[in-house]
Amino acid sequence: MEPFKKIKSIATPLDKVNVDTDQIIPKQFLKLVQKTGFGQYLFYDWRFENGEKPREDFVLNNPKYCDSKILLTRDNFGCGSSREHAAWALLDYGFRVVISPSFADIFYNNCFKNGILPIKLDSQSIEKLFKNPSEIEVDLQNQTITTDGITTPFEIESHRKKTLLEGLDDIAVTLQYEDKITQYEKSKANSKLSFF
Amino acid sequence: MSRTLFEKIWDSHVVIQQDDGHSLLYIDRHLVHEVTSPQAFDGLRMNKRKVRRPDFTFATMDHNVPTNDRSLPIVDQISARQIQVLEKNCKDFGIELFDIHSPNQGIVHVIGPELGITLPGTTIVCGDSHTSTHGAFGALAFGIGTSDVEHVLATQCIWMEKPKTFEIKVEGKRKNSHAITAKDIILSIIKQIGTASGTGTVIEYRGDTILDLTMEQRMTICNMSIEAGARAGLIAPDEKTFEYLRGRKYIPKNYEEFVNYWRENLTSDLGAHFDKSFTLHVDNISPQVSWGTNPAMTTDVTGTVPFPDEYAKGNPDEEKAAIKALQYMGLKPGTRMTDIPLDRVFIGSCTNSRLEDLIEASQVIKGKKISHKLRAMVVPGSQLVKKQAEQLGLDKIFKDAGFEWRESGCSMCLGMNPDILASGERCASTSNRNFEGRQGAGGRTHLVSPVMASAAALAGHFVDVRELDLY
Repeated sequence: MEPFKKIKSIATPLDKVNVDTDQIIPKQFLKLVQKTGFGQYLFYDWRFENGEKPREDFVLNNPKYCDSKILLTRDNFGCGSSREHAAWALLDYGFRVVISPSFADIFYNNCFKNGILPIKLDSQSIEKLFKNPSEIEVDLQNQTITTDGITTPFEIESHRKKTLLEGLDDIAVTLQYEDKITQYEKSKANSKLSFF
Repeated sequence: MSRTLFEKIWDSHVVIQQDDGHSLLYIDRHLVHEVTSPQAFDGLRMNKRKVRRPDFTFATMDHNVPTNDRSLPIVDQISARQIQVLEKNCKDFGIELFDIHSPNQGIVHVIGPELGITLPGTTIVCGDSHTSTHGAFGALAFGIGTSDVEHVLATQCIWMEKPKTFEIKVEGKRKNSHAITAKDIILSIIKQIGTASGTGTVIEYRGDTILDLTMEQRMTICNMSIEAGARAGLIAPDEKTFEYLRGRKYIPKNYEEFVNYWRENLTSDLGAHFDKSFTLHVDNISPQVSWGTNPAMTTDVTGTVPFPDEYAKGNPDEEKAAIKALQYMGLKPGTRMTDIPLDRVFIGSCTNSRLEDLIEASQVIKGKKISHKLRAMVVPGSQLVKKQAEQLGLDKIFKDAGFEWRESGCSMCLGMNPDILASGERCASTSNRNFEGRQGAGGRTHLVSPVMASAAALAGHFVDVRELDLY
């Protein structure tokens, strides 16, 4: 995974609550067996009319945001289906950061596995960003976002921060603990109540 | 110190506990299906990794399998490819697969319990958010993404922050337990607590009403924990749980020894602390029907489509969402729920496709005909459910009434196979999600119980199943 560096970009304001992963990537695109190429289907039914004509009133179709790497949105983003294709689609489209007051658990976790930084901010700070969607600098190392000279800190779990900054392969990290896993398995297998 | 059921299962599966609060948790059972696994197996191959515990891993194909005649080839070539890829992956990595022709094929959350793969006190994961279903057996069951599927395949473990605990008490006696179902209980809960209230928590459902429910009804409740945003839903196992599993194919040989242990150990201790609590009294609840585009947008069948401000209770974001939902659903505030005409009826999904669901739904339509204005289908949750239903003659009851009787799979719950709604079509569905486009682009989904779906099929619009005077 690519290490996460500082990002500076205009934020795309998606002013909706409870955006579910069915909207982020509809089911007809889950049949692909690779992780790439999902960006063209991101927010498919909101972005395109009958799958063809871009809908002018949808924010991703506003040329102002065409190079945006930051998605700004509302509560409970990524709820519903566990499909990681939602994270793959956001990443493939170009988003590296999603800022929201809250995220659904599985989606939140999926983001980190793909080098996307989901930032939880309080509703007031989010409201300010929506009122004035301008360029935002995201600094993960220092856990801050800066816009119009104002810097706001954000919280993030330390191990998740490390994974993103170093672009770690989760499985390789876990396999370093293989002896512990084996030990656990042995202790269970020795018990009478074992289906091992 | 007194612990909750969740904490007991969690503690007994921790392999490593880090200082920063996240733990490496051992996984006893990994269920795999065709849609969220291909990229995980690819990752293993790329890094020359093996599946650590093929003996703890079980696979089936459910999401995009067609539900018509199984002897016919799969028309959709991309679906066919995904199915072939799963076959190859299971063969290459030594994983047991219940394929499209297996008598054990079915929706992963239906076959797990049915085969005794799901066991109390275990940890279970699957690349599917409705894995919470297995919590009905007192198993700690999480839905995970594909990266974690790969992680579990390679290590049999998962990294997690310990979730918080959420107690949901369900108390009282339903006026009519045939008409007011487990689906109405869980929809009533979500309607009140919202779709994000469970975020970061594991719910434990407790109380006398829960004890009264059958295992299949408990599965319906736990299944929709994710619709309340929870990581998992749990119900403490009891004699009903043990009896349900007794004799099933994959239970351990010394099953009764397990039962003795589970009976003593798998409950929340008296006085155990929950981080959150909510109580639902069921004495006066009505059959539920969703009107909007998330499961909290639900009301009584006796009610009307709400006005956005009435629904939003002062939250401007929710009000905007309700306006958008009504527009998408083509509904006007104030319309009586029973005046909403329907084009389709779907009985199926991991929420409501088990034998009891089909028995209850069939009793409503027995000897009657569905409205000529709509098309209705029943998709049993598994091949075993289908076979048992046919032994009871349910297929005949449904077919005589005008329903289509299909093969098992996820089908129109998410419309990855050919079973989809056309744009603008309105469906009474026993599934779990009424998101925009969920059952087909432009399709409009109303979530209901199986008996409400049957009643709606007869009338061509929603009706209060209590008025049919069946019970």
